[in-house]
Amino acid sequence: MKAICFYFQIHQPFRLKHYRFFDIGNDHYYYDDFADDDIITRIAQRSYLPANEMLLDMIKQNGKKFKVAFSISGTALEQLEQYVPEFIDSMKELAATGCVEFLSETYAHSLSSLYDPDEFVAQVKAHDAKIFQLFGQKPKVFRNTELIYDDDVASMVYAMGFKAAITADAKHVLGWRSPNFLYSSASAPKLKLLLKNGKLSDDISFRFSNPEWASYPLTADKYINWINELPQEEQLINLFMNYDAFGELQPRESGIFEFMKALPRFAAEHDIQFWTPSEVVSKFKPVAELAVPYPMSWTDEARDTSAWLGNTLQQEAVHKLYSIGERVRLCTDRRIKQDWNYLQASDHFFYMSTKHNDDGSVHSHYSPYDSPYTAFTNYMNVLSDFMTRVEEQYPTSIDNEELNSLLLTIRNQEQEIERLHREVEMMRNNIVQDTTGDFPIDEPEPAPVQKEKPEPEPEKKPAPKKKAPAKKPAAKKAPAKKAEPKKPAAKKTPAKK
Amino acid sequence: MFGWEFPPHILGGLGTASYGLTKGMWENGDMDITFVIPKPWGDEPKDFAKIIGANSTPVAWRDVNWDYVQSRIGDVMDPQLYFNLRDHIYGDFNYMSTNDLGCIEFSGRYPENLLEEINNYSIVAGVIARTVDCDVIHSHDWLTYPAGIHAKQVTGKPLVIHVHATDFDRSRGNVNPTVFSIEKDGMNNADHIITVSNLTRRTVIEKYGISPDKVTTVHNAVEPLNEELLNLEAPPGKTSKVITFLGRITMQKGPEYFVEAAAQVLHKVNNAQFVMAGSGDMMDKMIRLAAKRDIADRFHFTGFLKGKQVYEMLAASDVYIMPSVSEPFGISPLEAMQMGVPSIISKQSGCAEILDNVIKIDYWDTNAMADAIYSIIKYPAMFNELREQGLAEVNQITWDKAGAKVINIYRNLINR
Repeated sequence: MKAICFYFQIHQPFRLKHYRFFDIGNDHYYYDDFADDDIITRIAQRSYLPANEMLLDMIKQNGKKFKVAFSISGTALEQLEQYVPEFIDSMKELAATGCVEFLSETYAHSLSSLYDPDEFVAQVKAHDAKIFQLFGQKPKVFRNTELIYDDDVASMVYAMGFKAAITADAKHVLGWRSPNFLYSSASAPKLKLLLKNGKLSDDISFRFSNPEWASYPLTADKYINWINELPQEEQLINLFMNYDAFGELQPRESGIFEFMKALPRFAAEHDIQFWTPSEVVSKFKPVAELAVPYPMSWTDEARDTSAWLGNTLQQEAVHKLYSIGERVRLCTDRRIKQDWNYLQASDHFFYMSTKHNDDGSVHSHYSPYDSPYTAFTNYMNVLSDFMTRVEEQYPTSIDNEELNSLLLTIRNQEQEIERLHREVEMMRNNIVQDTTGDFPIDEPEPAPVQKEKPEPEPEKKPAPKKKAPAKKPAAKKAPAKKAEPKKPAAKKTPAKK
Repeated sequence: MFGWEFPPHILGGLGTASYGLTKGMWENGDMDITFVIPKPWGDEPKDFAKIIGANSTPVAWRDVNWDYVQSRIGDVMDPQLYFNLRDHIYGDFNYMSTNDLGCIEFSGRYPENLLEEINNYSIVAGVIARTVDCDVIHSHDWLTYPAGIHAKQVTGKPLVIHVHATDFDRSRGNVNPTVFSIEKDGMNNADHIITVSNLTRRTVIEKYGISPDKVTTVHNAVEPLNEELLNLEAPPGKTSKVITFLGRITMQKGPEYFVEAAAQVLHKVNNAQFVMAGSGDMMDKMIRLAAKRDIADRFHFTGFLKGKQVYEMLAASDVYIMPSVSEPFGISPLEAMQMGVPSIISKQSGCAEILDNVIKIDYWDTNAMADAIYSIIKYPAMFNELREQGLAEVNQITWDKAGAKVINIYRNLINR
């Protein structure tokens, strides 16, 4: 018995518009909506929608024996919701069959796992919340951006409660070992690893319609035979690919859809099943631990992170971006949060790749820029503007720790004031209702304080403007004593900016 | 080979390219090169090519003895060669103004009577062709095409002409009919045409109506710089970023686009200075334009720079720009890259065909030019990446590779 585990990736970034250095500080909208709309609509019409239809057919015809998994980035979901809402509906329909598993990933398809652990956790949570909101599933298996994985990522992923992670079959990690087994992580032994079968996956997604390929034309019969002829003990075949392989990379007229539809029939003849990653994890036992000290991915011949971080341009851009991560997380402005997400998409760094060889030509194929240098210039201009906006929120002259404690104090005080306010209200009510004379001591006590307060109050007023209305009632009334000494300290510093 | 300029006394890029190519071919071995120039100064490098001066080649018989010749032209030519040449005078040119040695005087520059000088050069070429035995004749640029044709008629050997520029590049389309006819005549008579870029190759095919199979592109290259130049450093106390334009300030080089881009950048950035190095007929206009754009305080004109000054200027620069409207090749960005200066070049330059680690823009797109300048002076990663990758790239562009291609063309011609 063998099992095929299909997983499809859907991702689209928010592309940046042509953003000149004159726009820095003047224009805070960064995106090329026209291009995004155009591209996602085209791909959805040619690939995503017909492919969904195909999967739905296959699931219905095969009595729910055909199963697949999806990983859809948050930014792609946002675009699909906006431009191709029918796709979301079609996806919900697929989800309802119970044969589709949704995987977890970072919301923005970002590189945060390598640079900013806090951001990484936040993004994974945001993504899973989005998946739950749309499809009612809580992802249990994690898949990082472009299958980037190393031991540190494993530890973080395990700590977040995932059972398994999906990654690539980098030769320099696997060596003689086959990807057709379930492995576990060396740094978090309870975290299982599913490795992509690169050869068989790429046969479908890259080589299927290539007439120069020795095995052209590929038929379902032939393909299943290859799988069947694998050694007996190699039971798990992980086929991971971009979803646009169906209809976009391999055009409809190449017969890719018919090929897929024929797979389950031939698979059944050889007792080959289709499982989701979760099923794989529960039914197989890991055969060995994999140690991955350096990050690997599924991109380029080297299967490393050089596609995004290979040159100094990319490194500079990524470092600059994540240098403000902590600061951005302190912000509450929704637009800043949104831009922060969109700017993290790994695609922006992919466009800056200067690999001029065959391997790198795919970079320029996907890139909206005519050269990596233009990509860098545009991105850095946008990032400069973004950083000034963050700076306007909280000046860099205060370090993060100080700012954090100040924000905490303000927040605590707000709560404290709120609480005291309520207490005062309550007491006032009590006084009004008090006809028995049971609370005679209460009254004289607030009285003197009440007299003292109104005098210093007007002086303080001009500095703190935001919080003033909330504080006034508390200050007037008696029990504000506790809050009072802290207040000037807390307010003066932010007022300096 | 017939050329017009040869280092160290050069007036433009032609001399540098002729020298580099000759040396590159010599490095490939088994080459015996004679290089004819109008007026040698005696300090030309002679280790890889024999230099013959047109102004020391007799066209009229003079009865002079060895010692006299030695004393007159011994510094530029072996007297024996003079007598050999004298034995091959093929006509009576006494009606021309010749000197005491029977030679015609040449300025070796680009004088008013350039056409006359070209014609004289061609007369001299007849004598040399009869004296020096050769397999291939190679003419550099239109000034020497008539000489090449003459030599071909005398010897029957194949003629290769090397197009370093056409009049379409020099004049932005307003072609001088005399020059055009000399160029066209040269191309028609040539057995093979070498162009310095695909851009020039297209001009030759389309504007001069030459059959494409007769035209081959051999891109120019650069000589490695010596230690002294490489170790030049920016002047101490330099606080602002320097953006440099280096070249003749003429229509062909697109100086006005540089000024416009500078105006954009300077209105946004404080610590930047723009330098326009060179001279030319549009200089005054550019000074007025800079003043009009209100950037004259940070826009400087240096006048013509020569020799080491050029490299000192580059060493002090952070960005080099060549916004040429039409540039057959354009060697100077390669020199800037050798000095580790990030370069911005127009897509209309021939060198854009072989360079990857530069910023390429359309010459008229001053917005893109300003964006690129801003990016390089503002983002250190951009500067460093262009600097290091550019250095690595330019060091691979060597003359011996270009020389090998030319030798290959010769072989095909001889074996035809």
